[in-house]
Amino acid sequence: MRHRLLAGLPADAPLSLAAHREIHGETPTVGRHDADVLIRDVAAAGLKGRGGAGFPAATKMALVAGSRRPIVVVNGTEGEPMSAKDRVLLEMTPHLVLDGAEIAAQAVGARECLLVAPTDTLPGLHKAVRERRHLPRSRVRVKLAPAASGFVAGEETAVLAHLERRPPRPRPVPPRPAERGYRGRPTLVNNVETLAHLALIARHGSAWFKGVGTPERHGTTLVTISGAIHAPGVYEVPCGVEVPRLLSIAGGAMDSVRALLVGGYSGAWVDGTGAGLTFDDASLQSAHAMPGAGVVVALGASDCPVAETARLAGWLSQESADQCGPCVHGLESLAQLLQRTETGRRHRGDRERLARWTWMVTGRGACQHPTGAARMIASASRVFAAEFEDHARHGRCEACAWSRVLVTPGLRQSRVA
Amino acid sequence: MSATHRGSAPALARSVGRLVLDPTRCTGHGMCAELFPEKIALDDWGYPMIDPNGVPYHLEKHAERAVKGCPVMALRFERARTDA
Repeated sequence: MRHRLLAGLPADAPLSLAAHREIHGETPTVGRHDADVLIRDVAAAGLKGRGGAGFPAATKMALVAGSRRPIVVVNGTEGEPMSAKDRVLLEMTPHLVLDGAEIAAQAVGARECLLVAPTDTLPGLHKAVRERRHLPRSRVRVKLAPAASGFVAGEETAVLAHLERRPPRPRPVPPRPAERGYRGRPTLVNNVETLAHLALIARHGSAWFKGVGTPERHGTTLVTISGAIHAPGVYEVPCGVEVPRLLSIAGGAMDSVRALLVGGYSGAWVDGTGAGLTFDDASLQSAHAMPGAGVVVALGASDCPVAETARLAGWLSQESADQCGPCVHGLESLAQLLQRTETGRRHRGDRERLARWTWMVTGRGACQHPTGAARMIASASRVFAAEFEDHARHGRCEACAWSRVLVTPGLRQSRVA
Repeated sequence: MSATHRGSAPALARSVGRLVLDPTRCTGHGMCAELFPEKIALDDWGYPMIDPNGVPYHLEKHAERAVKGCPVMALRFERARTDA
């Protein structure tokens, strides 16, 4: 499959504007009369958001287009620790992202773009913005802002709160950002990768975009593959690729693969190498999982799934924005239950409690955080049922103390038994 | 039971509206469940779970009392549109 977003990469240095133009061609400008045509083409392309929610990009654009004083927010926060795709785009091919941001702004009639990115990527992005200064731009100003850290900080309303100089906490919707977003203005919030795809659709059209992928999820997608594989990293794959193939794309498994975490920390565990599954919504849904933001982590035979799940649950509880009772209390209750299970101190009724509490917190927060955590935990209890029982009866195994596949930045030590 | 879940179409057609919770305001006082136990139950941590199937005509007064009784104004009542 020919690279699209990652064309010209890997490279020793970020692609300059000249290199970018050589690879992708000139940046199209979207005049006021072309805006409708573009949005309709994006709809025809079926571009779905690549930030995790998978919302149709054209629908969001149509909602914001034509409103008063709209603004575009480019979301490069990437709060998911096991994801690096947005960082790769921002660091290595910033002009593709900037193209997409400008095109989106022109399409919805916005004069301003706020690009939110990790602090350490900002110097390179400033350089890229300066490189474009002499171009005849269409009055779209791009301003850079440092992203907040934290798992939920990348949620679109949390990003808006952060831009408004408030703590990066999600707020309840409705109203959605497209209606009332940044300082009350209609706001188009898009993930970095979504806009990179938009930059190419504007050049090559929807038919080209649909040349790869599945009928239900078109185009290519970036995946971050890590864990017990030889070549962890960010890869561009066609939507609908066979899940086991992701492991061979990433250099093959180091160990025999016990399970994959698909969709990141809000996703789900699937057994083994995901045989029979393809990387799209319909297929993954049959395994209670989803593509999410394209994160796949492989757990090897020498890792402990119980220790990993318990530690992750503890971290997810810690990462709660502390706004909603069921999230704050429910995730803590589940984390403690999992820790009891890991250390062989399970209480009678804990298996029923796990099922009850994962159901009970689902859909009960202002954002998807408790729902995602519950999904991950419920899938672990299904896929790792045997290991859960083993730990409940005999306590920690040899692998427990060493197992550190899932990254949990800033996990408070009191959580580690 | 989701705080924002929409009930099935036939159930909503019989209801006059639905209760919607702002989970970021709710502090688990439990007054709402006390005033309207037919449609509101408390979860294992004392936070309300609202029946997503809407409020029927004969219970509307209880829904209104629950809304007014919330000390932090976390609950609101969304009236169903009367046009077909």
